[in-house]
Amino acid sequence: MTTLIYDGTFEGLLTAVFEIYEQRLTHVRMQKGEWHNTALFENVVKVVTENTRATRVLKGLKQKLSAQGLQRLYAAHMAEMEGEDDNLVGYIRYVFDSPKNVEEDYGNKYVMRVSEIVRMVRREKHRMEAFIRFQELKDKTYYSAIEPDYNVLPLLIKHFRNRYADQKWIIYDIKRSYGLYYDLHETQYISLDFATINPGNVISAYEDNEAVYQELWRNYFTSVNIPARKNTKLHLRHVPKRYWKHLTEKI
Amino acid sequence: MNVERITEKLNILADAAKYDVSCASSGSKRQNKDKGLGNASNGICHTYTEDGRCVSLLKILFTNVCIYDCAYCVSRKNNDIKRAAFTVQEVVDLTISFYRRNYIEGLFLSSGIFKDADYTMERLVQVAKKLRLEHNFNGYIHLKSIPGASDELMREAGLYADRLSINLEMPTEAGLKLLAPEKNRQDMITPMNFLKDEIILRTEEKKLFKKAPMFAPAGQSTQVIIGATPETDQQILQMSDQFYKGFKLKRVYYSGYVPVLSDSRLPALNTAVPMVRENRLYQADWLMRFYHFKVNEIVNHDNPLLDLDIDPKLSWAIRNLHEFPVDINKADLRMILRVPGIGVQSAQKIVAARAFRKLNWDQLKRLGIAINRARYFITCNSPQYERRDLTGTAIKQYILAESQSKYIKNSTVQLNLF
Repeated sequence: MTTLIYDGTFEGLLTAVFEIYEQRLTHVRMQKGEWHNTALFENVVKVVTENTRATRVLKGLKQKLSAQGLQRLYAAHMAEMEGEDDNLVGYIRYVFDSPKNVEEDYGNKYVMRVSEIVRMVRREKHRMEAFIRFQELKDKTYYSAIEPDYNVLPLLIKHFRNRYADQKWIIYDIKRSYGLYYDLHETQYISLDFATINPGNVISAYEDNEAVYQELWRNYFTSVNIPARKNTKLHLRHVPKRYWKHLTEKI
Repeated sequence: MNVERITEKLNILADAAKYDVSCASSGSKRQNKDKGLGNASNGICHTYTEDGRCVSLLKILFTNVCIYDCAYCVSRKNNDIKRAAFTVQEVVDLTISFYRRNYIEGLFLSSGIFKDADYTMERLVQVAKKLRLEHNFNGYIHLKSIPGASDELMREAGLYADRLSINLEMPTEAGLKLLAPEKNRQDMITPMNFLKDEIILRTEEKKLFKKAPMFAPAGQSTQVIIGATPETDQQILQMSDQFYKGFKLKRVYYSGYVPVLSDSRLPALNTAVPMVRENRLYQADWLMRFYHFKVNEIVNHDNPLLDLDIDPKLSWAIRNLHEFPVDINKADLRMILRVPGIGVQSAQKIVAARAFRKLNWDQLKRLGIAINRARYFITCNSPQYERRDLTGTAIKQYILAESQSKYIKNSTVQLNLF
C-alpha cells in the first residue's frame, strides 16, 4: 500500500494520478495535507502539484469522458468530502483502464459513488442558488453570507453572473473564509477580514431601504401560508434548519 | 415609499392570491440580455411555506376588488373583507427589489376583476411591459389572463409574459354553473384556444426568423378546484387529458378546496382540505405526462376514484399483476417506467447501466429505486424474487406495513391528545 500525500487541489489530484501510472503503483491511498516525518516507515509518495503533468492527465480524461462527465468529476472533487479521494482516484483509473467510455456504468462501485457524490454536491449548489439572500449595501453592492456543507462557491459563478449582470454582488462563504465578488465586469475570489469590522458599522453599511424590503419579504412569507394546510415535516425537509440563520424569512 | 401602505397592500393581496396553486417558474428560455437583470430558465424554488408549498414567484393579486360573486373565492363581491389595489409602479418596484435580493424567480400576477375584463387585463399587461422594457427584466412573468379580455390584449400579454393561464375553476361546466353562475366556461375556453393557435403560429415564425419575438415561451396552464363539487377523479383526469391534448397546456393544477366561506352549496367550513386526494391527482397527472400512462389505465369506469392509501402507479400495478414481473435487465424503458418505486431518472440510469453489466438488487438499491415497492414487481441478476405467488391484496398489505411513515401520516384527521 502506497500513500500519496497531495495538496487537495484538483490539479494535485491529477498530478497524483500521473505518479500512479508513472511509478506503476497498484494499491494506493490518498491523503490531503502536509508530509510529516511520522510516515517514515510507510511507503509514502509526496505529490508535488505540477501543471504540465495535471494537464496531460486532464487531456487523457477529455478523450475518455464526455464534457459532462468531466464536469461531474470536477464537481465531485469540489465537494471536498472526507475520505472520498480514494474513490475519485479509483474512478479515474477505471476510466483510463477501460477501452470505452464508462461514465454510465452505474453497476461499478466507483462510478456509482461518484454519481452519489455529484448528486449531493449538485443538491447543495441548487440549494445555494435558492437560499442565497442578498442585502443591499450603501455602495449598491449586494452582499450575501453562506455556510454550505460542501465547497460549492466556485460552482455558483455562472448562475449568479447570468442572473445579476447589472448589480455588484458578493457571496461570502463564512465557513471557508473566502468569497466571490462581481464588479459588473469580472468575478474574482476575495477574502474579507471580519475581525476589523465593527458590528455597528456593518448595520450602517446597509442601504436605507434594505430593512424595509426584508420586512416586506417576511410579511409576504407569512401571508402566503395557509394555516389549514400546515405541514411542518414537509417544510423542514425542503428548508433544513441549518440554513435558517441566513434566510431572511426565517430569522 | 409609503412603507405602511405598501405593507398593508402586500399583506392583503398576497393573502388573497395564495389559493392559486401554480408556482412553476421553469420551462421558459428567456436569457439575460444586454447585461440586464435576471434570466428565466431555471425554475428555482426559493423557499417553502410552513404548509410545505414552494415559493418561487411573487404571487399577488393586482386588486382583490371583484365584480363577480363566485362562491368558492375569498375575493367574491359579497364577502366582507378589506379591499386594496396596487398601482402598476408598486408591483414593478416590489418585483425588482425582491428579485435583486434573490427572494424570487419572478412575478405571478393575477387579479380580481374591476370594471371589466379589458380594463383589468390592460393593467396586468402594463406591469409586464414596464418590467421588460423599462427595467430590462428577464426574470419569469406569469400573467393570469382575464376571461373575456380582447384578443389584442392577449396577444400583447404573450409578448411580455413567459406563461399565461386561465383558470377553469371547476372541473366540469355543471360545477361552474353551480358555484359561479355569472361565469361561463366558454369565456375561458375561447382565449385558451386563441393562445394555443397564437403559440403554434409564433413558434413556426421563430423557426424561420431567429429575431422573431418570443411568445409565452413557457406556454399556458390552468387550475381547477377539487373537492368543492362532487366530480370523480375519473372526470377530473379525463378533463385534464382533454386539455393537455386539445390545448397543449403545459400544466393542469389541482387545488384542494380550502373552506373559507360559509355557503349552502359548498362543503362546511370545518371540512378538511383534501390534501391526500390532491397529491394523488398530481401523481396521476405525472403518470400521464412523464410515464406514458393513458388516462383510462389510471382511472376508468371500474375505478373512478384514486386510491387514497397507495399511489396510482402501485394501484395500477396491483390491478395488472399479469404484466409482471419485469426483468430489469431486458425490459424496455417504457415498461421499467411502469414499475412501482422506479422514477424517470432511475429508469434511465438502469437502461444506461445495463449496457455494461447485469444489475442486481444491491446495485438497483444504490441507483435510488424504492426496493420496498419495486421488489414485488421485478426480477434482476439476483436469485431471489419477492412476489412468489402473492395476491395483489397481500402485496398491498406488505407494502403498507413496511412504509408506515410514508402513507399513514397522510390521514387527514390529526389527533392531538395534549
